[in-house]
Amino acid sequence: MVYENPDGVKIGLEVHVQLNKLNTKLFCCCSTDYHDSEPNTHVCPVCLGLPGSLPVINEKAVEFAIKIGLALNCSIVEQTQFHRKNYYYPDLPKGFQTTQYDYPIAGNGKIIIEGEDGEHLVGITRAHMEEDPGRLQHIGSIDRSKGTLINYNRSGMTLIEIVSEPDMRSPKEARRYLDKLRSILDYLDVFDGDLEGAMRVDANVSVFGGERVEVKNISSFKGAERALLYEIMRQKNHIRRGGEITMETRHFDEARGVTISMRTKEEEHDYRYFPEPDLVPLRVADRVPKVRETLPELPDAKKERFMKEYGLADTHARALTTEIKVAEFYEEVASKVDPKTAAVWVSDILKGELNYRDLTIDAFTVEDIVAIIELITGNKITEQSGIEIIRTVLDHGGRPMDIVNEKGLLKVEDDIVATAVEEAINENPEAVADYLGGKEKSLNFLVGKVMQKTKGRADAREAREKLIAKLKE
Amino acid sequence: MITKEEVEHVGWLARIEIDEKESDAYAEKLNSVLDYFGQLDEVDTEGVEPTYHVADIVNVFRKDEVTESMPQEEVLANTEHKQEGNFKTPKIM
Repeated sequence: MVYENPDGVKIGLEVHVQLNKLNTKLFCCCSTDYHDSEPNTHVCPVCLGLPGSLPVINEKAVEFAIKIGLALNCSIVEQTQFHRKNYYYPDLPKGFQTTQYDYPIAGNGKIIIEGEDGEHLVGITRAHMEEDPGRLQHIGSIDRSKGTLINYNRSGMTLIEIVSEPDMRSPKEARRYLDKLRSILDYLDVFDGDLEGAMRVDANVSVFGGERVEVKNISSFKGAERALLYEIMRQKNHIRRGGEITMETRHFDEARGVTISMRTKEEEHDYRYFPEPDLVPLRVADRVPKVRETLPELPDAKKERFMKEYGLADTHARALTTEIKVAEFYEEVASKVDPKTAAVWVSDILKGELNYRDLTIDAFTVEDIVAIIELITGNKITEQSGIEIIRTVLDHGGRPMDIVNEKGLLKVEDDIVATAVEEAINENPEAVADYLGGKEKSLNFLVGKVMQKTKGRADAREAREKLIAKLKE
Repeated sequence: MITKEEVEHVGWLARIEIDEKESDAYAEKLNSVLDYFGQLDEVDTEGVEPTYHVADIVNVFRKDEVTESMPQEEVLANTEHKQEGNFKTPKIM
């Protein structure tokens, strides 16, 4: 099946990733650990833009940038440099942002996403380094604001801006791209995506080959999908009514789920880029081989290996490799019990229970899930009891074996099930007659009785088989 | 030639208000600066790579090691406009 893309939708994304796992900012030695701190406590003359201060680049930030570039299958430039992007806005006290312009550190890459019609390639135009601006906070509501507060703790943090080609054909593909990007970045261990502002998205979207519209102020991946759905609908409606789409920047209003035009002079920015005289050029090409050695096995490669090594189906292998932590958890479990059984329990059952509670894999231990799987494969408890144990551990804590004992989950002996089966048949002659008369459903009633008599410790499938066998006698 | 309109545009980019009379005067002054720099055009630069940096060095790095930041009072020492540890400005959209 080939996706037709009936509206000719083209989406390109610009994602700002904050490398918050670095110890220091991009051009100064201020700590990056400011998220729970008082305003303006993680600043120095450099990130405050005081006259006479000089930036010096963080070597590790350059390494991280190369690592990201390589993971996105980009080529890394021979030599790069920084530029000043001039704009007068108090989120950057210097009056310009130090960024890369004509020689981005990485470019010409691609990643594979799960598209509308199977695997889909998304081109990466470029990935460049720049500094994060400070944070503005409006006092009161935005239209009746009495002033703006500025906190420069974030100012000078290392950002990598990853710009994609307009290769996505639906909001769903945009979402998948973001998920894939997040997955790769998590594998690289260059940032903590859960911290506020760690990944910020701007979207460019056009329909029917028309002009593109930029949508800013998107605060989450879900928000990106919603903003794009709205914007595509708006453009289509506008064209249907005889209107024309012109290039513009729009603001996503998360609360109302709409995009609003920002018709200000701000759009006709004249940034007057020029080379940053305070930073010398970076020759990075010779660092590439060494950084390449530090690249971990990435999601796609891990998925392939899981399929080959553990004999997993594509869906299981994919589900288990999206998050690096889940992949590592699974491999530990798979080293102790049958890998295919482990895949079912980790990917289908445990992950389902975790998602339902909005928890991560950290909420469960390898030891506990191994214990549960061994109890089931050893025919000591039923699968249903296994699920009950997982739920109990997550909701109330405790160890699997203790829960088994407390709740009396050990499967009952065969003769007790046999007795229960016999009793159920003797006590319910009508149901027996109905079943023998062809009413299959009456069997369920009898199974229920057996479960009741054994307090749920019998295996339902086993009880059913025993009932049928007995009734056939 | 720098026109009056260009002066106003650059003024706007820097958020500086420039009135009619001033823009004429600035255009004239800026043009004389530009003329002066124009002398550099007399040098033949055919086949010469542009120079961005005077010092011929690359790769000046620092280690990713934290040093102490400034105390908040010192950060805010140069402003009268502050609130709860923040710089305070008139409302900005």
